Amino acid sequence: MADLTCELLGHRLKNPVVLASGILGTSATLLRRAVDAGAGAVTAKSCGPTPRAGHPNPVTVDWGHGVLNAIGLSNPGAAEEVHLLAEARHLLDEVGAVLIASVFAGTPDEFAEVAAIVATARPHILEVNISCPNVRDEFGTPFAASGESAALVTQAVRKAVDLPIAVKLAPNVPDIGRIAAAVVEAGADAITAINTMPGMIIDAEAARPVLSNRVGGISGPALKPIALRCVAEVRRAVKVPIIGTGGVNNGRDAAEMLLAGATAVGVGTAVWYGGVSALGRIAAELEGWMDREGYATLDAMRGLALR
Amino acid sequence: MHRALRLTEVRVENYRTRSFVFEDGLACQPGQFVMAWLPGVGEKPFSIAASNPLTLMVVAVGPVSEAFHQLQVGQRVWVRGPLGQGFRLKGRRALLAGGGYGVAPLLFLAQQARQQGMDVDVCIGARTAADVLLTEAFERLGVGVHVTTEDGSLGQTGLVTAATGKLIETLRPDALYACGPVRMLEALEKQARQAGVDCQLSWEAHMRCGMGLCGSCEMPASEGRLPGWLACLDGPVWRSDES
Ligand SMILES: Cc1cc2nc3c(=O)[nH]c(=O)nc-3n(C[C@H](O)[C@H](O)[C@H](O)COP(=O)(O)OP(=O)(O)OC[C@H]3O[C@@H](n4cnc5c(N)ncnc54)[C@H](O)[C@@H]3O)c2cc1C
Ligand SMILES: Cc1cc2nc3c(=O)[nH]c(=O)nc-3n(C[C@H](O)[C@H](O)[C@H](O)COP(=O)(O)O)c2cc1C
Ligand code: FES
Repeated sequence: MADLTCELLGHRLKNPVVLASGILGTSATLLRRAVDAGAGAVTAKSCGPTPRAGHPNPVTVDWGHGVLNAIGLSNPGAAEEVHLLAEARHLLDEVGAVLIASVFAGTPDEFAEVAAIVATARPHILEVNISCPNVRDEFGTPFAASGESAALVTQAVRKAVDLPIAVKLAPNVPDIGRIAAAVVEAGADAITAINTMPGMIIDAEAARPVLSNRVGGISGPALKPIALRCVAEVRRAVKVPIIGTGGVNNGRDAAEMLLAGATAVGVGTAVWYGGVSALGRIAAELEGWMDREGYATLDAMRGLALR
Repeated sequence: MHRALRLTEVRVENYRTRSFVFEDGLACQPGQFVMAWLPGVGEKPFSIAASNPLTLMVVAVGPVSEAFHQLQVGQRVWVRGPLGQGFRLKGRRALLAGGGYGVAPLLFLAQQARQQGMDVDVCIGARTAADVLLTEAFERLGVGVHVTTEDGSLGQTGLVTAATGKLIETLRPDALYACGPVRMLEALEKQARQAGVDCQLSWEAHMRCGMGLCGSCEMPASEGRLPGWLACLDGPVWRSDES
């Protein structure tokens, strides 16, 4: 039987499947549910300085090849998030699962403030979301758009917290490898790649975009080839761990992500296609696939596709 | 993806409630819901009141539901679904209980139960006679109808639990199926548990994605429900025999 255990920033995961931020990460009980369903680690929904309701409905649409969403970073604000994360930490410690918090903000200083508040709940890892495509009207171009702005946020958060930090990158940049190198240089311990790809779905009969925000982020199957390319480019550019995320819907998709150089595998939209149990199913399918293909450990396959 | 469906009929059910009948059917189970989108207005969940042709019953209480009431025959509504888990009929005798728009999914359930030859009774609770909905539609299906109003203007005076309490004893139903305001459901759940009757309750929660992704419809854990229960994915119908 293949060994699925996965070393991530000093923590041992029972398998490489990581619940992606923004999917079911809105409460301690849902995070625990994702672990009970089979995830090795879970990421909380991104949290900002103050409470946000998010965008009005429609906020999601499945157009047949993936999902487009513009939830709009709904969150309870950093102070309330501390309680949520502390409760989550308690529920996850019972079963030895790893908790990743996620933060966003409008300026590097604000990022540092939110990170410092959230860190008091002692999540195992802090993810820095500089790549949400759905709040451009309020926050402007995501920090992930350039190496310089990405590095500024990373530096600010690095100074504010003593937790390991993973910086979450956007796919819609000319050279994601350069941005990864800039954030690692600025102190990132890991990279999460990728966030959703900006897109628009128009309903022809309604003659208008479906989402109230007009544009949203593409996730699910349509995102997979983009994510694999990004992970491969990040792997070539930096040595730090990568949480490879985007379009993983089964064990073979997870294998592809690892072969592209990912350390762990983020899973989000698969929960829509297969329910919460998709998390455990993907891990089990990966194990079966490794057995059939003769890989004993994740290390044996990581980055093989880059040879 | 949404399907744009044209309205073939709009029925006035009471002073603030209308039924909307569409040109097409939708393969679905009673208790499931659709997300109905009115472009430029918004998108909200609505229980399925009939599957063929698809029918929704809407109480006008706010922006989306009031915009629904402006719609005329020939206009379109954009729906995605069916979504969620519906009711599952069991045994030979069904007792239904509802209030407000909650009677809409119960009508669909009653239709299915009667087709299967089951004995069906429905308790409809309302504040006053003007709020009572669908009694004739249930009667046409051969369902026993028991109305309670809080002010006594129609049927028995009191809450719906006054009627269900007695019927649970006299009819010994195989299960109690309910949809309505939270307080009503909580009271019915307690009543069913005390009487040792299975119950299936359709809960309302704040829905955004309707896809089990965003977490906004998580229900607080209760005696029956597991922690992390999502109304759009695991529900809206919760069954006492599921956990
Ligand atoms: C699974 C599910 C199924 C549903 N099925 C139906 C259905 O079949 N028919 C239907 O009419 N609605 C149904 N609803 C409610 C519906 O989704 C909307 O919440 C409702 O139409 C109000 O939306 P709005 O935008 O018009 O007003 P909002 O601005 O959302 O609400 C206006 C105010 O009315 C209150 N309110 C909401 N619903 C009701 C109500 N039924 N009676 C009295 N006050 C209310 C709200 O709390 C708010 O204070 C369902 C909800 C869920 C979760
Ligand atoms: C409904 C939804 C909400 C999301 N919210 C967040 C968020 O708050 N923060 C974040 O970093 N990413 C968010 N994402 C992006 C996911 O974490 C992930 O990067 C992306 O969906 C690609 O993975 P997938 O194809 O497995 O879903 C969200 C995605 C979806 C579908
Ligand atoms: S409405 Fe989004 S999870 Fe239920």
